[in-house]
Amino acid sequence: MAHAPQSNFENPVVNWIDQRLPIFTMMNKEYGSFPTPRNFNYFWNFGALAMFVLVTMIVSGIFLAMHYTNNTAMAFDSVERIMRDVNWGWMIRYIHANGASMFFIVVYIHIFRGIYYGSYKAPRELIWIFGVIILLLMMGTAFMGYVLPWGQMSFWGATVITNLFSAIPVVGESIVTLLWGGFSVDNPTLNRFFALHYLLPFVLLAVVVLHVAALHIAGSNNPLGIEPKGPQDTLPFHPYYTTKDIFGLTIFLIFFASFVFFAPNMLGHPDNYIPADPLVTPAHIVPEWYFLPFYAILRSITFSIGLPFTDVVLIDAKLGGVLAMFGSIAILFVLPWLDNSPVRSARFRPIFRWWVLLCLVPSFFMLGYAGGKPAEQPYVLIGQLGTVMYFAFFLLLPIIGRIEKPLPLPASIANPVLGGNAATAK
Amino acid sequence: MADTMHAGDGQTRRDFIYLAGAAMGGVGAAAALWPFIHSLNPAADTLALATIEVDLAPIQPGQAIKAMWRGKPVFIRNRTQEEIDTARAVPTAELIDPQPDQARVKEGKDNWLVLVGVCTHLGCIPLGTSSGESKGDFGGWFCPCHGSHYDTSGRIRKGPAPLNLPVPEYAFLTDTRVKIG
Ligand code: HEM
Ligand code: FES
Repeated sequence: MAHAPQSNFENPVVNWIDQRLPIFTMMNKEYGSFPTPRNFNYFWNFGALAMFVLVTMIVSGIFLAMHYTNNTAMAFDSVERIMRDVNWGWMIRYIHANGASMFFIVVYIHIFRGIYYGSYKAPRELIWIFGVIILLLMMGTAFMGYVLPWGQMSFWGATVITNLFSAIPVVGESIVTLLWGGFSVDNPTLNRFFALHYLLPFVLLAVVVLHVAALHIAGSNNPLGIEPKGPQDTLPFHPYYTTKDIFGLTIFLIFFASFVFFAPNMLGHPDNYIPADPLVTPAHIVPEWYFLPFYAILRSITFSIGLPFTDVVLIDAKLGGVLAMFGSIAILFVLPWLDNSPVRSARFRPIFRWWVLLCLVPSFFMLGYAGGKPAEQPYVLIGQLGTVMYFAFFLLLPIIGRIEKPLPLPASIANPVLGGNAATAK
Repeated sequence: MADTMHAGDGQTRRDFIYLAGAAMGGVGAAAALWPFIHSLNPAADTLALATIEVDLAPIQPGQAIKAMWRGKPVFIRNRTQEEIDTARAVPTAELIDPQPDQARVKEGKDNWLVLVGVCTHLGCIPLGTSSGESKGDFGGWFCPCHGSHYDTSGRIRKGPAPLNLPVPEYAFLTDTRVKIG
């Protein structure tokens, strides 16, 4: 009985279980008494919100899957049947479709929080890396989910995105055939996308577990970006942050429900209510809004990159666009090493602060705007400017870290929160 | 264990066995992976649907149709003499993907242009086949997705697409009937 815990739960059943498998002890340690910085602001709600949305997506998705038919001849009609005939089907589908948008809103804010307060810095690099993997899995899952209703945007979105891989030299075409299981996006493609759309959220969940496990080793960052120095700097997670998370969740649910019940198709594209037609491309193909910034980066490479003064083309425009698009996510993986400033929070970083707010944030909105517009001027130019700003944000960080003079950091978290003598207050 | 140790060189027979074992395991795993990957490639029935026949008689000069082949459209255009002449007047060297018009049609059937109607950029279907659709700046096809313009020979002239619209394998069975694939 080397590891048997000393369980002290009042309920004898809980106690009996806990002595054999200490899950209650663990829950209490990680979510009950867990010491959490006392100065969180509302940006720290978004991790819990993301978890909530993930569970919502899995539950609503499983119920949809019980009615959905995974075949090109029937998929569209089966979704319409969910909308019209299945009891509450319309609500389950609208929860799922808008839930995907909510997921991205929440996660984009969560990522912004991480960047602004330097949460990716040591010792939290691995948490950050798991987070970027989660983002990639979300994107893959959402992309494949959008194909399932087999509308015009489903079909043509799938065609354009899978064709990106044809830009890879030599093996590109074979990879695309492999992805499709045929010579175009067709039934085999739909079947495998459904299988993967069902699988990936569970892989995502496993990565979330790692993300949170690593977080509970390092502990949370906080708006000041300095480590808690003792009990006066922290609060037990329960009831302080359980309450705050539930309050945040309530506000979020009002927001979510207002889309589901009052504007369920606002974030979607009307063309996806037209059944897929492999012979007619819609005049203006756009991905879902949450992909627009990346789509704009793809389209902003309109030129080939070659050896100067020769006709030798090293990277044609198509491959260049694909590389830039994947690069825009890949660069997030190395952010902890690009930013070499020892100070985490932007509050104490006079240059970085405005660099985030005036370069990164506007670039994301510019790209999102340009990505939704046709590939004409001035939108192409806006997209190109956005692309330059986006990459410049990351690539100039090493220089900013070197020239910036950070403001003095407070002695402890309790200090600015409770006033001067707080360090000894408890 | 003295006999398994070669004193001094720091390597043991056990290291070798580990390596050899790991290598065998790796090869085995890779071999076992292949059937799964290959199962995602086009299946036999998908490959079997690979030819179609099309009757050309109803297509008037200046008109074009779309036929469905391997899940994608094939454009068949009955070109006017003027369209053929414009296609042939361009110096090949000026093209993004240089290819003379003659190489893209069957000899003696110069009016018939048969193309896979899938934009070589990211796979949209270019407009210009049905009457009333935009034919782009070069009188052929125009891809609305990211603005690629193709000429009356289906060659890329402007926009992000890197290659000409491909000519599928096809043969004239009679003067008014073609087999594609
Ligand atoms: C990470 C979590 C998930 C995301 C981001 C996601 C995203 C999406 C999206 C964007 C759609 C298209 C909605 C539409 O416009 O109709 C969709 C459809 C669908 N999803 Fe998910 N999904 C997730 C999890 C799941 C899970 C776990 C399942 C089930 C097992 C599932 C089953 C389905 C089904 C059956 C459809 C087709 C019905 C429909 O289009 O409404 N999803 N998903
Ligand atoms: S797919 Fe035709 S221009 Fe991009």
